Amino acid sequence: MECVFGLVGNGFAIVAADTSAVHSILLHKNNEDKIMVLDSHKLIAASGEPGDRVQFTEYVQKNVSLYQFRNGLPLTTSAAANFTRGELATALRKNPYSVNILMAGYDKEAGASLYYIDYIATLHKVDKGAFGYGSYFSLSTMDRHYRSDMTVEEAIELVDKCILEIRSRLVIAPPNFVIKIVDKDGAREYGWRLSVNDVTTAAV
Amino acid sequence: MKLDTSGFETTMPVIGFGSNSEMLDGVSSVPSFDLPRTTDFDGFQKKSVEMVKPAKGTTTLAFIFKEGVMVAADSRASMGGYISSQSVKKIIEINPYMLGTMAGGAADCQFWHRNLGIKCRLHELANKRRISVSGASKLLANMLYSYRGMGLSVGTMIAGWDETGPGLYYVDNEGGRLKGDRFSVGSGSPYAYGVLDSGYKFDMSIEEASELARRSIYHATFRDGASGGVASVYHVGPQGWTKLSGDDVGELHYHYYPVAPATAEHVMEEAA
Repeated sequence: MECVFGLVGNGFAIVAADTSAVHSILLHKNNEDKIMVLDSHKLIAASGEPGDRVQFTEYVQKNVSLYQFRNGLPLTTSAAANFTRGELATALRKNPYSVNILMAGYDKEAGASLYYIDYIATLHKVDKGAFGYGSYFSLSTMDRHYRSDMTVEEAIELVDKCILEIRSRLVIAPPNFVIKIVDKDGAREYGWRLSVNDVTTAAV
Repeated sequence: MKLDTSGFETTMPVIGFGSNSEMLDGVSSVPSFDLPRTTDFDGFQKKSVEMVKPAKGTTTLAFIFKEGVMVAADSRASMGGYISSQSVKKIIEINPYMLGTMAGGAADCQFWHRNLGIKCRLHELANKRRISVSGASKLLANMLYSYRGMGLSVGTMIAGWDETGPGLYYVDNEGGRLKGDRFSVGSGSPYAYGVLDSGYKFDMSIEEASELARRSIYHATFRDGASGGVASVYHVGPQGWTKLSGDDVGELHYHYYPVAPATAEHVMEEAA
């Protein structure tokens, strides 16, 4: 099952997601990027049904862009999160989207923030959050070691601890993860954690 | 998500029982469709969706390599335990430089690939340039997404060659769309993956790649009861697609594993 988790540190927010695209027992792809860059200073890490995940996050991304074009101002992370929750809530009793979202962003006034939005349109502003079976292992690890003024290095150590815990304890653990960070310099990819390389040039 | 409801419009005018025809002059016909005659309408809908689900009895595969994209598929159609056909065309020619593979409901795949071909041609006419593989697969994924939950059964790969080089996308009826280098779809796909993954190298010649594709389909048909018939192999290069081979898998079996004539210990001879 898909593992997504994230935390807020001192002036930055980090999200990590697994990169497996699974279809019943088959792993179709082990380098699928599930963390979308929403705009220059926002990230959406999404997990859920394949069609819904891509379609809904693209829908949010395009609407955020549209607001920026129309009004000449980017949305704050809080506004984007509330918009996303509103769309999920409107669709919930007609045509629900099965997507869980962690939205991380940086605003000049509010600093770094992380929003937890689940598939039934719950919205919480959190310091740390997680979705999927991996959450059973990563939440307690984060609860134990988290402090609100962590540096990037300390936060990455904590993320790696969580990934190690998921890999060693979850029975069908995803092999690879991608980590992205957002801070005052923008939203960008931090790194990958690969335990299975995509074999494209096998020296067999 | 606007659905295409043109199929719902009836051509017959709606006429009430014994009412005056003057009242109905100029009244346009109401879009309507027949409800199935069943006592349990809600359960009937769910059952028909569930009936299509176990489908995708097939083996299709595609992979990108140095010389382009190799696409291969079997040709068996099965309805439960009955083999309804051994000669189904599961590789669909969308246009001269793009191929689609079929897994799931045959009607769904054929219709939606034809529909995609139409949309691609319209794009060409409107924009004076060919559509990219990424764009074509996105069109198909969006169309299928708007029908999610309604029982469509489509597991397809769109393979083609556009300005950015070879492209391969996996699209299914849940609206999922994946970009990748190697995919196999269908009930025989785990078997095909086993042979494909162990033999794959990016630097293969066209002959080596077509042999790998053929072998993967053969091994999948050997183990999977819902796959069989003819293993077709296509190649997509910069000039478009060409069909490389179509071999009966029964014959392929004896080609790969010939039967050595057994030496008889005692030979019965005709009494002279």
